[in-house]
Amino acid sequence: MQCQFCKNNTATIHLTEITDGQRSETHLCELCAQKQGLTVKTQIPLNELLSTLLSVQAQPEPASADDEERACPHCGITLREFRKKSIFGCPDDYDVFEKYIQPIIQYSHEGGSTHCGKVPSKAPGETKKHSELSALRRELQVAVREENYEAAAKLRDKINQLLDTKK
Amino acid sequence: MKLNEISSRTSEWFGGSGPLADVVVSSRVRLARNLAGFQFLSRCSSPQKTQILEKLKAAVMSLDLGDEVFYIGIDKAAVLDKDVLVERHLISRQHAHAKGPRGVVIANGEFFTAMINEEDHLRMQVFKAGLQLRECWEQISKIDDMIEQKIDYAFHPRYGYLTACPTNVGTGIRVSVMLHLPALRMTGQIEKFFAAAKSMNLAVRGLFGEGTEAVGDFYQLSNQVTLGVSEVEIVDEFTDSTIPKIVEYENLARDQLLVKQPEMLDDKTSRAIGLLKNARLISSQEALFLLSHLRMGVNMKRITGVSIPVINELFMLTQPAHLQLNSGKRLEPAGRDRLRAEIIRSRLNQN
Repeated sequence: MQCQFCKNNTATIHLTEITDGQRSETHLCELCAQKQGLTVKTQIPLNELLSTLLSVQAQPEPASADDEERACPHCGITLREFRKKSIFGCPDDYDVFEKYIQPIIQYSHEGGSTHCGKVPSKAPGETKKHSELSALRRELQVAVREENYEAAAKLRDKINQLLDTKK
Repeated sequence: MKLNEISSRTSEWFGGSGPLADVVVSSRVRLARNLAGFQFLSRCSSPQKTQILEKLKAAVMSLDLGDEVFYIGIDKAAVLDKDVLVERHLISRQHAHAKGPRGVVIANGEFFTAMINEEDHLRMQVFKAGLQLRECWEQISKIDDMIEQKIDYAFHPRYGYLTACPTNVGTGIRVSVMLHLPALRMTGQIEKFFAAAKSMNLAVRGLFGEGTEAVGDFYQLSNQVTLGVSEVEIVDEFTDSTIPKIVEYENLARDQLLVKQPEMLDDKTSRAIGLLKNARLISSQEALFLLSHLRMGVNMKRITGVSIPVINELFMLTQPAHLQLNSGKRLEPAGRDRLRAEIIRSRLNQN
């Protein structure tokens, strides 16, 4: 569809006006719409919405400037970075930033704060081993990042040992 | 299996069958999962992404799904191939346009796809025709169990399945239903549907076309809450309450049209078939618009001699990337409009 004004560009903005029950439609390209003083209301991206929510959400314990810059020891992401993109760096962030993100989590899930539903079948009986494994894995990640290969190798062996006894 | 072997046919889930198929085109259940012991993708280096990709690809490819599966490396795929996958809803637009090692495993029948390294390490979905969310959930959950035998998911005793974005945490489930609601729009009641969806905290998107604009009166309705409510509860609510209500409203609107404005209705559907059978140039927007009217006319038995599967096939095959891949060449919009009109004309005049 062509823009009704410049008759050149493709119309991407479709304006429907209803005045006294009379409906009229106008089809414009973005450029002509701007010239007409029309601002285009696009859908707010989810992360932007979350960031806005985060900034207005009453927090029981507001994060101090230091808290904002505190980095997750596992992935290095800071609270400030999370606020910008609403994307976590690693699974541990849920624990590391828990007290700050809990209100947002509850807000976006209609108050829901605890998982109910499917649980990995491996989880129940082996929860202990599971958490041990994930702790070892975290340690392994840190060791690798610090280039402490001796410790990393030991951790890897421990992990493999645990994995073997699982079978 | 090559992409151009599937691009010339309609996906099974878009075949026009299944419960409440007049209004409910298809059902989909998607699960978001991440591997334990790995960071989320925004913090992964390219080699780490490759490691995740290889691990998940091996796990998913080894499953017995009762159908052949094939893998497409999205980072190496041609633009046109990626666009066809997006048009068929096999991958997201985000997955097509992202960077870095990533891919998709697709079952031949297209009822199952698994995107690897999209926003989460693994996003897999099951599609079915009509309203079949329970069946979708049962199948995807079984597949999830099989994958879990091979790898460890990032799971938290309190927050459940951990996802990169906290809006998906918990069950990681996204339940979606594709709806065709032409009469609600024609009778000026579509805003009510939007308002109702919003009040139930459900998301509405267009099924065809980019962004949220719903071209051709197809809407996709999805849950947004994933924490604090179980998968079965979400699926049951959709299946037993939300969707039947919307179907009822759409059917009431269709009845209203029949009783109060039969001439207007027949005018719209007859014009649609007249244009579709005769046009020489047709844009994708116009085609979606007219095919939507035609689909309604056939479902309401005001038009005979055309079947729903044929109409659905035209919806799918006349999308821009499909036209180009199937004709084996890049086409400018004008060339696409000509080819689109030709395909529609010859298909509808066969009947």
